[in-house]
This record gives sequence, structure tokens and C-alpha cells, in this order.
Amino acid sequence: MFNVRTRVSENAVSMDLEGVLDSKTAPELEEKITEIGDNVTEMHFDFADLEFLTSAGLRTILYARQLMDDKDGRMTLKNVNSDIMDIFKMTGFLDVLEIVD
Amino acid sequence: MKLFKSLQVAADDGGLGDVFSLVEEELEKVPGCSRSDALKFHMLVDEIFTNIANYAYEDDTGKVVVSISYDDADNKVRLVFKDEGRQYDPTKEKPPDLSLPVKERRAGGLGIFMVRNTVDEFVYERTDGCNILTLVKTIGEQNV
Repeated sequence: MFNVRTRVSENAVSMDLEGVLDSKTAPELEEKITEIGDNVTEMHFDFADLEFLTSAGLRTILYARQLMDDKDGRMTLKNVNSDIMDIFKMTGFLDVLEIVD
Repeated sequence: MKLFKSLQVAADDGGLGDVFSLVEEELEKVPGCSRSDALKFHMLVDEIFTNIANYAYEDDTGKVVVSISYDDADNKVRLVFKDEGRQYDPTKEKPPDLSLPVKERRAGGLGIFMVRNTVDEFVYERTDGCNILTLVKTIGEQNV
């Protein structure tokens, strides 16, 4: 089970993720990220309902981050649960992600 | 209490779904297995199965036999993946460079790295033309 709710306001896109981000579901998120407009320079992910992610999910998050970096933009994550936080620590992603309250 | 179940599937997306279901159903019978444990096993299956599906076989879709077992004597779950694809030992995979800046990061090798850091045992054997990979993880343990 996986679901993405997307909201767009001018140059910022917010995506609320729900479920598990794995090799089956990550392509759906990647497609949604690919579809965002060229003018978008801010991406905000809400992980409140995201249970877990695998390396396929990490790859997609890294893709969004690099997309924003290429435009000198910003990417944030919020409401990251402890299981996912453990994965971010384990893989060193914590050092390259902006996690906000 | 002992559990054992084995399933042969195609090394493709449909097979992955079947293995996700098998592992989820078996773990529900394991005493003390939390949602957090189950999600870690979901990750282990995703990483290992996806590797086999993408790299083990040349053209035709091959087979994978996945078995899951549990013994309450040691409170460990064992996952075994067996394929007949090209020889590949993921336990020899080098860890990714986690110090690189974002721009230079490559996601390759991350999955195996996550597996290695999540399980208690990660053992590879090449027997009778098969890759046999065994993952062992204690239930109800924090790894990080």
C-alpha cells in the first residue's frame, strides 16, 4: 500500500507520503517528482504516514534532492519516524537531508 | 516452536509480491515479532530479491526459491534465497562511500549495505550451480 498526496503552491511542491516506499512503490513517487514544473525550487515531504523505506525509496529521495540542488532549491522532510530515522543514520543520509520540525 | 515455509517464484516483480506476502504471513505467527521487525524483513526481501531479479539471469526470467524459518530456541528468523543465476557473492560487496557530497552520491550498493547492517548473519554459498544466500536476524532487537 502506497499513496502520494501532492499540493502545489507557486514554486513549492508538498508531497505527503503514506505506506511503504520500496522497489514496487518508488517508481510511482519518482514519476510524480519527474512531473513537477521547471519553476519548482522547493520540495517538502511529509513522512507522517510513511512507515518505512528500502534502498529504492532512498534512491528516489536522493533524486529529488539532486533535482532541487541543480536549481539551487531546497528539499525538506518532516515527521520522520524512528525506524526511518535509523535507516537515514545507517546510510549517512541524515548528513545530507534537511529534516524540519 | 518451529516454523518453516518455502516458495518457488519467478525472479520478477510478481514473484517479489508473492515473497512479500509469504514473509509477512509467516512473521505474524512469530511470537514477539513487532511491526518494526516485520518492516525490516520487508526491506531485507526487497533488497535481496530485487538484486536477484535484476542481475542473476541473462535473458529469460529465472526462478528463485525463498524459504523462511523460525525457531523459538534462539528466537531467530532465517531467510534463504536460492537462485541458479550467475555466480554472485553480495557479502563481498564493498560498502558505499557515505562521506561523498550529495551531488556525487550514487545509490548503488546501498541495499546490500543496509542488509549487512540489519542482520546478525549474512552468509553466501555457491553449491551445485546455485547461489545460496542466508540471512539470520533475531526478533525484537534494535540494530542501530
